[in-house]
Amino acid sequence: MAQRYVMAVDQGTTSTRCILFDQRGRLVSVAQREHQQFFPKPGWVEHDAMEIWRNLERIVPQALRQAGIDVGQVVALGIANQRETSVLWDRHTGIPIGRAVVWQDTRTDTLVDALAGAVGADQVRERSGLPLATYFSAPRIRWLLDSLPGTRDRAERGDILFGTMESWLIWNLTGGTDGGVHVTDVTNASRTLLMNLGSLGWDDELLSFFGIPRRMLPEIRSSTEIYGTARRIVPNVPIAAALGDQHAALFGQTCFAPGEAKCTYGTGSFLLMNTGTTPARSTHGLLTTVGFQIGDAPAVYALEGSIAITGALVQWLRDGLEMIATAPEIETLARSVEDNGGCYIVPAFSGLFAPHWHSDARGIIAGLTSYITKGHLARAVLEATAWQTREVVDAMNADSGLELRTLKVDGGMTANNLLMQFIADVLNVPVVRPMFAETVSLGAAYAAGLAVGYWPDMERLRRNWHRAAQWLPDMDPAKRAREYAHWRRAVELTFGWTRPFDDDPEDALSR
Amino acid sequence: MPGPVQSIERAAAILRLLARGSGRLGVGEIASALDLAKGTAHGILRTLQRVGFVEQDRATGKYQLGAALLHLGTSYLDVNELRSRAINWADALAARSGEAVHIGTPLEGKVLVVHHVFRPDDTLQTLDVGALLPPHASALGKVLLAFDNGLALTVQRAELPAFTHRTITDPKVLARTLAGVREAGWAHETEEAVPGDASIAAPIRGFGGLVVGAIGISGAMERICDGRGQPDPTLVTYVRDAARAVSRDLGAARW
Repeated sequence: MAQRYVMAVDQGTTSTRCILFDQRGRLVSVAQREHQQFFPKPGWVEHDAMEIWRNLERIVPQALRQAGIDVGQVVALGIANQRETSVLWDRHTGIPIGRAVVWQDTRTDTLVDALAGAVGADQVRERSGLPLATYFSAPRIRWLLDSLPGTRDRAERGDILFGTMESWLIWNLTGGTDGGVHVTDVTNASRTLLMNLGSLGWDDELLSFFGIPRRMLPEIRSSTEIYGTARRIVPNVPIAAALGDQHAALFGQTCFAPGEAKCTYGTGSFLLMNTGTTPARSTHGLLTTVGFQIGDAPAVYALEGSIAITGALVQWLRDGLEMIATAPEIETLARSVEDNGGCYIVPAFSGLFAPHWHSDARGIIAGLTSYITKGHLARAVLEATAWQTREVVDAMNADSGLELRTLKVDGGMTANNLLMQFIADVLNVPVVRPMFAETVSLGAAYAAGLAVGYWPDMERLRRNWHRAAQWLPDMDPAKRAREYAHWRRAVELTFGWTRPFDDDPEDALSR
Repeated sequence: MPGPVQSIERAAAILRLLARGSGRLGVGEIASALDLAKGTAHGILRTLQRVGFVEQDRATGKYQLGAALLHLGTSYLDVNELRSRAINWADALAARSGEAVHIGTPLEGKVLVVHHVFRPDDTLQTLDVGALLPPHASALGKVLLAFDNGLALTVQRAELPAFTHRTITDPKVLARTLAGVREAGWAHETEEAVPGDASIAAPIRGFGGLVVGAIGISGAMERICDGRGQPDPTLVTYVRDAARAVSRDLGAARW
């Protein structure tokens, strides 16, 4: 019998990728295509949903060709997607209403400020597990309904549909205007601000608070079940999984048990910890979200800590200061000195995310003396990523009542041995890197393969996970405590930098 | 004897011109100074830029000598850059072969381990990154000795210490072995460093085919070798495929 494979689609912020995996979870082929980023105004970021769909039409056959396999050998398709990016489209023509509004887009900031003062705002976090912020989908849907004439009426009549990218792709794959299935999964729905974290259904209070008609929303389903059978691109292949990208990475890293956590180190970093089948409410600035839900089984919740600037700080050293030619060279520069020389960099470029959430903070280099060289700065840049991880882990341990025992890592920065060792040192837990770096697409493939019985159970998936590298903590506890105290003091210095002055600064000078 | 290669002469002239001037030159200035067509000068400049010998100012578009020229004698590829570019291929090699993967570069007469992927059996293993291996008693080292004259010179002058009874300690035998490595394009070592262990390695090449490192697998002799004590041909293929893939990523066109 011919070999069979699982197909994963990773619909990301900059590109869409199609990856085929075999039964041992090994990558067989990859095809990728970038899509255009639109920046029509400051703070606005948009994608063309139609372009993304057309990209999928091109890369899927490419991936199949590269692997030399027939579509009949694909047992299931799983989707992982950029989260919170919102698109509206016409149910009858299949054409998007304007461009998709991307998760980085902050056009809804004044709307969010207004909503924060409205009656019912205090219920948002309790019901959805999320703070009221521009980051999530609901304010975007509201903005689209308010700003495009006639849209609200048509949405109320059921002529316009909303979706995050997985909904858009599944609707198109299953036939589009000709019987397309309009669904989302619990992980993506948990990022809208509209889903009730307890019932896992759309919350009437939240819908009325945001003024969003229920008829435009997709049906919420589990993360792994057959949503429908593809009628386009991959005819007859069951579409069997959908997860937000960070949730897919949690699944791909096989963080199936409470207390297991992963951190994906990229431009920014996302740490998610499995907290089991009851949602852990955060009092330390983390997000409560659905980790995954397998078919009829109870949903598994997660706590999430998002760090805005990690790899981006290395890019700044490369492009802004031109101290290094390529990002990996930072390790060479950092190893040219023994330690940070007393220097700390807090990269609050656009405020601080988890666990502080200070939007008025700005970045700082603290502890500068004439002793500091660019080697020390390189150290401080890397250490900033580790200390930010430590702050999120501390918050997570406090909110979950669980204790992180090992951190599973993925993403580009895991090639940096100095950084990985430093993270192990400051967290005081082992840091492990899995053999397959593509954890997002692997998670989508695992979820889809599980739904169709390609893999019998999660234990089998755990056996596919292999350690490629491990860094063990090796730092004197007194030094760790001292360094952390310095870091926290530097963080405090960033707070309130953009706060308006009480009176005119020139007056203050002349006094 | 073939005649001089015109484009190399022109490239040399461009470098001399840039070295002579006090500042940066535009492509038009370079073309007119050397009486070249602008397109020709541009093509040569782009090639020189690719190998790091010239740099282009982002704001003005003018050219100057590149940093790589200052470091011609030393390694031109940062080892951390090498690891970053090789990491996915090294993972894939470990997954396919079921063995531990190492990447090595020459350092002061030794082989520096710059990357290590654990054997995918989840047994307790520790990272070897930063360790130094003896060049004459490791497959990685033999590859580097075969293709890196600098390292070969250092080793020729030194003693060849024995680690097992199979370690090559005779310089003449080593020279013959290295000739074989150059011929075959890969190297192996069987119980020459540690009894019961064997390894296979192949060269990683950068621009123009220059060897910048070696990638290989190592493990128990009964898994790495066949019944006659020869390296398993399938594993050799995996190692050479991985080396070629990394080389392609680094810009080595033909490998």
